[in-house]
Amino acid sequence: MAIQSTKASRTAGDDEAILVAQAKAGKVAAFEELVNRYERNIFRLAQHITQNHEDAEDVLQDAFLKAYTHLGDFQGDSRFYTWLVRIAVNESLMQLRKRKPGRTLSLDEYVETQDDLMPREVVDWGDTPEQVYARTELQTILAAAIDSLEPAFRSVFLLRDVEHFSTEETAQMLELSVPAVKSRLLRARLKLRHRLDKVFKRG
Amino acid sequence: MIVELSNYLDGELDSSLRSDLELHLKNCPDCRMVVNTTKKTIEIFCNCAPAPLPEDVRTRLHRALEEHLKRQTH
Repeated sequence: MAIQSTKASRTAGDDEAILVAQAKAGKVAAFEELVNRYERNIFRLAQHITQNHEDAEDVLQDAFLKAYTHLGDFQGDSRFYTWLVRIAVNESLMQLRKRKPGRTLSLDEYVETQDDLMPREVVDWGDTPEQVYARTELQTILAAAIDSLEPAFRSVFLLRDVEHFSTEETAQMLELSVPAVKSRLLRARLKLRHRLDKVFKRG
Repeated sequence: MIVELSNYLDGELDSSLRSDLELHLKNCPDCRMVVNTTKKTIEIFCNCAPAPLPEDVRTRLHRALEEHLKRQTH
């Protein structure tokens, strides 16, 4: 049941390394290709974390400008995309702090019992949601579902299940422990499942 | 069981815990449905590609990059 990385994604990684090398050597078109490749993902991430369209656009621009400016610092220890997302997450969290200063996110201190996590009612979902809903409709439903999560759960879910980073990478980006990432991910997944339950259940 | 749900779906449970959980799932339709619908939830989000950038956002992004590049070469 584990979600596996594919051969296609490894090929994409090699291709990315070539573009990064060219961009580092001064080939602007190579960096522009990287922007074209990742702009949608970065914007989506920024929108969900900041919950503000203007801030998300600032994050989008700042992330790519910083990536270009500091390209010389990128050593290839990770994929370029991982490095870029790290920059974008930091920019997004900074924007969030500007809008809501002094807010602390200490969700891990709240101790939930197993009963709190277990759904009260369990129903089948019927037809595959992708078959029932048009793509744009599904995107809207999913975006609203993600935005309904508390910020601390949302960030973890976005990085793990939407952007497919590992638990360790997510922990580093969000400056969390691995157990905290796992705990938040579980709760995010269950909350989203519960939310989608109302939309997708049969009958 | 529910506390280990995420680890199970990510293939990060050790083999004895996994066997215990799978045995439980064989006999508990409610838990089986929770596992299946949670797995489905993850798949739906995994497979949802990001929307294209709004045209004005894209234009401003590429303009900002162009101006930055011009400044860097002077």
